[in-house]
Amino acid sequence: MNNFSYIKVSDAKQAIAELNGDIRNKAVAGGTNINDLLKYFVTKADKLVDINPIQEFNSIIRLDDGGVRLGALHTNADTAYDPIIEERYPLLSKAILAGASAQIRNMATNGGNLMQRTRCYYFYDISTPCNKRDPGSGCSAISGYNRIHAILGQSENCIAVFPSDMCVALAALNAQVNISGPNGERKLPFANFHRLPSETPHLDNNLIHGEVITSIDLPAEGFAENYSYLKLRDRSSYSFALVSVASAFELEQGTIKNARIALGGVAHKPWRVLEAEDFLKQKEPTRENFSQAAKIILNGAFGYEHNNFKIELAHRAIIRNCLMALYPESQRPGAKPSR
Amino acid sequence: MDSTQTHGINLSINSSDYHLQILPWVTLLDVLRERIGLTGTKKGCDHGQCGACTVLVDGKRILSCLTLAVMKDGAAITTIEGIANGEKLHPIQQAFIDHDAFQCGYCTPGQICSAVGMLQEAKARNREEIKELMSGNLCRCGASRGIVNAVMQVMEGGSNE
Amino acid sequence: MTKLPSIGKPISRLEGRLKVTGIAKYAGEYQAPGLLYGYVVNSTITKGTIKIIDTADAKALEGVIEIFTHENRPSTAWFDFQYADMDAPPGTVFKPLKDNEIKYNGQPIALVVADTFEMARYAATQIKLAYVEEKFETDLESNIDKARKPKKGMASMLKPPPPKPAGDFEKAYESSFVQSSGEFKHGTEHHNPMEMFATTVIYEGKNRLKIYDKTQGTVNSQMYVANVFGLKMKNVQVIAPFVGGAFGSGLRPQYQLFMAVMASLALKRNVRVTLDRAQMFTFGHRPTTLQYAKFGADEKGKLNAVYHKAIGETSQFEDYTEIVVNWAGMLYPAENTLLEHRLVPLDVYSPLDMRAPGGSTGMHAVEVTMDDLAYKLNIDPVEFRLINYAEKDKSSGKEYSSKELRKCYLQAAAKFGWEKRSPEPRSMKRGNKLVGYGMATGIWDANRILARAQAIMTSDGKVEIKSAVTDIGTGTITIMTQIASDELGLPLEDITFSFADSSMPFAPIQGGSFTTATVGSAVQVACRALNKELFKKAKRDKDSGLADAAFEDAVFSDGFIFLKNSAEVKYSVQEIFAANGGKEIKTTNSSMPNPLTYGKKIKLVHSAVFVEVEVDEELGIIEVTRAVTAVAAGKIINPKTAESQILGGMIWGISKALHEETILDNQFGKYMNTNLAEYHIPVHADIHDLDVVFVEEEDDFVNDLGVKGVGEIGVVGMPPAITNAIFHATGKRINNLPIHFDKLL
Repeated sequence: MNNFSYIKVSDAKQAIAELNGDIRNKAVAGGTNINDLLKYFVTKADKLVDINPIQEFNSIIRLDDGGVRLGALHTNADTAYDPIIEERYPLLSKAILAGASAQIRNMATNGGNLMQRTRCYYFYDISTPCNKRDPGSGCSAISGYNRIHAILGQSENCIAVFPSDMCVALAALNAQVNISGPNGERKLPFANFHRLPSETPHLDNNLIHGEVITSIDLPAEGFAENYSYLKLRDRSSYSFALVSVASAFELEQGTIKNARIALGGVAHKPWRVLEAEDFLKQKEPTRENFSQAAKIILNGAFGYEHNNFKIELAHRAIIRNCLMALYPESQRPGAKPSR
Repeated sequence: MDSTQTHGINLSINSSDYHLQILPWVTLLDVLRERIGLTGTKKGCDHGQCGACTVLVDGKRILSCLTLAVMKDGAAITTIEGIANGEKLHPIQQAFIDHDAFQCGYCTPGQICSAVGMLQEAKARNREEIKELMSGNLCRCGASRGIVNAVMQVMEGGSNE
Repeated sequence: MTKLPSIGKPISRLEGRLKVTGIAKYAGEYQAPGLLYGYVVNSTITKGTIKIIDTADAKALEGVIEIFTHENRPSTAWFDFQYADMDAPPGTVFKPLKDNEIKYNGQPIALVVADTFEMARYAATQIKLAYVEEKFETDLESNIDKARKPKKGMASMLKPPPPKPAGDFEKAYESSFVQSSGEFKHGTEHHNPMEMFATTVIYEGKNRLKIYDKTQGTVNSQMYVANVFGLKMKNVQVIAPFVGGAFGSGLRPQYQLFMAVMASLALKRNVRVTLDRAQMFTFGHRPTTLQYAKFGADEKGKLNAVYHKAIGETSQFEDYTEIVVNWAGMLYPAENTLLEHRLVPLDVYSPLDMRAPGGSTGMHAVEVTMDDLAYKLNIDPVEFRLINYAEKDKSSGKEYSSKELRKCYLQAAAKFGWEKRSPEPRSMKRGNKLVGYGMATGIWDANRILARAQAIMTSDGKVEIKSAVTDIGTGTITIMTQIASDELGLPLEDITFSFADSSMPFAPIQGGSFTTATVGSAVQVACRALNKELFKKAKRDKDSGLADAAFEDAVFSDGFIFLKNSAEVKYSVQEIFAANGGKEIKTTNSSMPNPLTYGKKIKLVHSAVFVEVEVDEELGIIEVTRAVTAVAAGKIINPKTAESQILGGMIWGISKALHEETILDNQFGKYMNTNLAEYHIPVHADIHDLDVVFVEEEDDFVNDLGVKGVGEIGVVGMPPAITNAIFHATGKRINNLPIHFDKLL
């Protein structure tokens, strides 16, 4: 950890001003990722801007359009257990509760969840090449141990995956990210918030330095009737997803009116393929149709020495989770597979 | 601002008030262990990956290794040393002894603080949910059965003070 | 008139209150005036030399006191043997900061000492390094051609090489009615106790040190420090009051001890060095091991040919060995055996005993091969073991000191409900899960070596027992107190067990499941000697009624001496103290097995393990839903702490079978998942129904207590039982551990 300075700010304007003071000034909220990155020199800061006191960012409010606004500083736990979220957006609640541990969910904030960095081993080991940490140095994972790495949307520069569970649900729910910056406010559809690595793997998302996330909006449709979150990993809890799936359906007389499927643990961002969701519309919610949708989603997927299994695993996970969404009560603590 | 500048903070730890002058890069865990001498809170990984450093901040269980002490100015902190009521052990502590819910004892303070926090959260309704909600606390000796039994007993006994 | 025995009672851990209140202090938790903090810098290359190590910028930082490297380290001992600890394998011990040569990735190359932990850690990142890199070899499989026989040394005493071949394996195997052959592999594992290695050195002037060290042997660390730094043994006191898990990692002094002592002596200050979690992967580990097994049996199921070969990795400087291939011969009476153990030196640190070293490795191959044969013979796996039940150790020709393995099989099978097993693989289902039943045998040595203990009775009639032994979470404190309690006839409350201090009577390193037999015997002998002393003094009192009595007839209870055959005699030990002016009575004794007779029988602990798994057929996810272990380990001193030992071992078995593995990236020659998020050990959500049965086993040969030890046996049979259950559930034999769920897709 380097010897950064520290300031607490109490409103968004002050936060933006402080962050803009220097490219190496960084915002901290829950601190569950950045403090660790700082501690072990994976990232450096000149000044840490503590945005926790900003009251306006810490709430959950109902919006006029029937949606709900999640404050960026509201904690993951408070969000998951909020009665509105549990009732109207249970997919989000389940996905949050599948992530990290109870302690970390008590600390981590909604904005911070979007900002967390990859868990790639090589990103964290500062003695190995990593284009995300040190642009131009190379990607060690491609020819290294890549069990946890991407099968979709990766580039020859980076095969890291984005580790969030919450964001997989936010992607499925068509959330919107509200951002405040030196040039005022702007909104980004969730799908446009995170980036693919392409030539610039050091950029995880489209937030510009000096901007802060103020809140995340959920549209009115929460898919509270038919939803499921499934997380597959190397132990039952407190570990990152190898593959996770968020599925949500609006059913009408036994056919799918509206479908959402998002994958986690497979790409540099939550992975959604609208074509697959369109395919399911007006179809029956059968294993065969879900399998077909999975094929569309995984079109173009390719793996490496240690993560090839993810392609088949994702295919099966999509099918299972879509079937689970028909019986949401089949979900188990920790987003384990149904019995 | 000079990066070597210290910050004055006030912490209430186990109902005692502390005023500390610290650099921003000092974690709450290191403050507790190295500055205040409350070594009951353990450092098992310093990465937020084991739960040994769990303490209650304003009643909520959090990881003190991922918390910068400056960020908790004014907070009320309960560590393992503050869980018992004087000489009288908290029911969770007694249940841990009764169920032999530890061996080396190093993860134990974190397990106990986490269990106390979990009971206050009141989200676990059965054994499977306890296991899930206590999974943020690793135990390398393998005392899981005793730990979950101890928590179950206190939860079913309705004693979640 | 006599107190009820405490041996056999489930006494709660005597130090429990200290552990649940956070009062129990571990090595890195002792405060001292002006304490300095050391932070270790590790090599980022695997092999080569340090060309430049520039510490100027780091040293200039405010609060940095000194930076030690190979260039400025104070001089230490010259000779290899001075670095050798009680657990050093044959070879040349690694010496921290000796020179600029890099032997493995993560090798400690500098120590930064600063007045705060944060500054030491920061300064460590400001050291400028340049290396000359050399080609390295870290992959076992691609270096298999370098396999050779291990060197022999002191360590071979407790780790004998495989017995010589018996009969003609090749011929017998070729003509066997059924054959099973398999290749097995498990990756590297690291102990990862929850407490990270730490040493706090208190500089007491004139080269006198009090050292709080994380270790499984206070005397071992004391000896190492005295030898390496040229100090007198009596000027080095090593204390390890509480040890936050070790599992073998504390059997050798680790480099933080060297570093902290070096800095303390050079700076004449109090110093603490604590390793971080990544550094916990820069010393000993369970070695990656390849195994080959070929077993043959006749049509009745009699095993007649056993071949078991293991190839393990070691470092380039020490030949670490473990007992991997000797077990099948001790367990099954095959006429034709061929057992081989080979090593491949690689550019890694020396492996180190890790809970059930060798046994958990070797028995995986043995018991999976046995399972395969049982299926091929269409014989129930339990029945198959019983057909091949040995009444005598065929490999040594010796009798067993005791062996209740048959009862283990039967009692565990009954408790588990083995009779509900449908033999055909993939034939049992529960919802969308395939259900599998699997079983395996566990086996481990019941060793005992030399230890000393002291018993001191003070005028209040209370007794303090002293031993240098540690309690790494095993329950040693409680068990030793129970042994003393029964021997002295005093309640537990009247006995204090003082321990984990090198200035106390000698105890060996705490490992190999031999502590209770070893130190417990010494405690028993010391207490018996104390009783004798009391009896001798009592006899001097003419009015005692004991003048003509023999010690064998004396009964000691609650501070009185009674006679077995006389209701009249009741002599208070208080009278002895009244006579001697209240002077304490002290006895110190050694205890070791009789070298003439001890080797005449073979001494083993056994277990039978039954496991149920559920496998999600579509997704591969594996859950160990139930497991029962029955253990025959002689006398169980404390069923509560012993059960915890077995349960812990079972969870280690689950971890070894399904979760943990240190991933070595051969591009860099380094471990990549050096943290507890990616080095997976089971969480509470992975642990389901676990049951332990202790089978009655009388053994008056092993030692007077009749104890055998339970530290390792819980692990041994679990990985094969799980592997076998997965086969039963899915029809797939996965021989490489850990079994990641994607292998079942």
